[in-house]
Amino acid sequence: MSLLKSREALLGGAILLLLALIATRFPGFVAPDNLVRVFTDTSPLLILALGQTVVILTRCIDLSVAANLALTGMVCAMLNAAMPGVPIVMILCLAVSLGAVMGMVNGLLVWKLSIPSIVVTLGTMTIYRGIIFLISDGAWVNAHEMSEAFTGFPRASILGLPVLAWFGILAAAAMLLAINRTPLGRAFYAVGGNPHAAVYTGISVGRTQFWAFTLSGALAGLCGYLWVARYAVAYVDIAGGFELEVVAACVIGGISIAGGAGTVVGTILGALFLGIVKNALPVIDISPFWQMAISGTAIIVAVTLNNRNAKGKGRIILRRAQEQTTEGATA
Amino acid sequence: MSDASLTPRSIPDRLHSPFSRLLASWDLLLLLVAVAIFIANSLASPYFLNAWNLSDATFNFTEKAMIAFAMALLIIAGEIDLSVAAIIALVSTAMGAAASVGVGTPGLVAIALATGIACGAFNGLLVTRMGLPSIVVTIGTMSLFRGISYIVLGDGAYRDYPSDFSYFGQGYVFWVISFEFVLFALLAVAYYVLLHRTNFGRTVFAIGNNPTAAQFSGIRVARVKFILFLLTGVMSAVAAICLTSRLGSTRPSIGMGWELEVVTMVVLGGVSILGGAGSIPGVVIAAFVMGLLTFGLGLLNVPGIVMSIFIGLMLIGVIALPRLWKMWRK
Repeated sequence: MSLLKSREALLGGAILLLLALIATRFPGFVAPDNLVRVFTDTSPLLILALGQTVVILTRCIDLSVAANLALTGMVCAMLNAAMPGVPIVMILCLAVSLGAVMGMVNGLLVWKLSIPSIVVTLGTMTIYRGIIFLISDGAWVNAHEMSEAFTGFPRASILGLPVLAWFGILAAAAMLLAINRTPLGRAFYAVGGNPHAAVYTGISVGRTQFWAFTLSGALAGLCGYLWVARYAVAYVDIAGGFELEVVAACVIGGISIAGGAGTVVGTILGALFLGIVKNALPVIDISPFWQMAISGTAIIVAVTLNNRNAKGKGRIILRRAQEQTTEGATA
Repeated sequence: MSDASLTPRSIPDRLHSPFSRLLASWDLLLLLVAVAIFIANSLASPYFLNAWNLSDATFNFTEKAMIAFAMALLIIAGEIDLSVAAIIALVSTAMGAAASVGVGTPGLVAIALATGIACGAFNGLLVTRMGLPSIVVTIGTMSLFRGISYIVLGDGAYRDYPSDFSYFGQGYVFWVISFEFVLFALLAVAYYVLLHRTNFGRTVFAIGNNPTAAQFSGIRVARVKFILFLLTGVMSAVAAICLTSRLGSTRPSIGMGWELEVVTMVVLGGVSILGGAGSIPGVVIAAFVMGLLTFGLGLLNVPGIVMSIFIGLMLIGVIALPRLWKMWRK
């Protein structure tokens, strides 16, 4: 019963319903190879949403992920254009560590100076975007300047799935383990659920938020390389406004913006939901210009539903408490 | 966000004399920065000190500052509206659609204000009636409002505005004093009176400092917050009228990223992002600081995206520096 009522099951059901509806008119959409294509296309959103989940769990928000992605992507592309011989493994390491450093900058400002995360990341969002312009001089890095190995890597097929999709699966699996099976994962929930209580149990609120931002930054960096290599182009505005889609995926997945509530499975389903909608729009012949309004509506509907659930629980607890106090008074 | 809630709020004391308070005040510091930027600009570029040029410089901040006044009240009350730039886009699209079927200037203004009120009411209802966090609601409506503009316009544009519509963004009241600047000054006075001289302003501070206590002292918290969202919607509509009139065209990307500059302006003006503190004179000076800085950099041929680095640094810097200073003094 509780499984039926859980929002993950509801969201899963909604996704299946959506797929079924599309399949009635366009059976080709649910063919296995198209589903693989949809999942591959959704992988960057999924990876970023996993990082964002951790940040939101600790009562923060990271609006700089898309700018972080774009800056890391530009650095990787420029490195590849200048030195085509650098192996992909090196570029991957560079992307992850550069992204992590940018996440750490956010984390340090939130931890050491206790500046609200929305202010910090609004600021670093513009700063990171500006830095792309400074290092690239506004120029594009195009496909012909990149090496075969650089652009081929995310598309290379392993066991029938592109490497990009494997990264999505790996990130999801790693995050499931990290959040459900490690002390740091529990600390994320503790800090978001009740920061005062977290301090008394020996968890540093600021340090936990710092690691959340670092994780989010590292994943954004990883996506930076994958994104630029997949689309074979790097310029100042890539993934502009993508941070909103990432937050939308988390909110749709049931991650509470008030922190401490939500699951990784929810985020995965939230990202898949948005990914399917995005890929289905051209198939059912709706202009891609609808995408933005649809994700906006999805955010509002999802957060309203989240809130309904939370309200119900709160009321029940209060009613019980009320009954107990009145019983105590009469006894 | 968390640590700030762990420490008790500082209670303003009246032990210092008004003069020493002024010396230590944020507004004075900001004013000095504005004067310094003004002097630096006039030294750096020979074209800066010119009445027409300075008049042009005001267009850099008047529209954003109009929204910033309402946003300041909203942030003081502990909420935020990230959808303001999207409201500009939707309002501008509504005006463009009406203008293309031949609606005159008074009709366009009415449509703009109605659209702004509708957007503000939508945000306000979601926040006050449904009890949703304003950050998420307005991130959602930010996509929704601009999304509607994209659905309507796609990659097209509206251009056929009536000729007398251009007065709002291009007209001059007297010599170099533009209509926009006069409107900005009038609104500054109006918001100063509203926030610092009326009961309503007092309730805004009370709500920002402690919403529960405000509720128990008889303030209709939800209603005040709803009014503030309405005001923000209206001011976004006014800014949209000026901006559309100045540009003479509407694209769905109009005013993209302005929410960031407006929030920066408010925070730079000394309004606490956690709510409960701030002043309108601070926001006015912050508007001048940002306008002069971007205009000065523009005269020095600094590209717009590099200016956004300065704005981002300023946003973080103005909050970080006082805290660093405090840590260093300890």
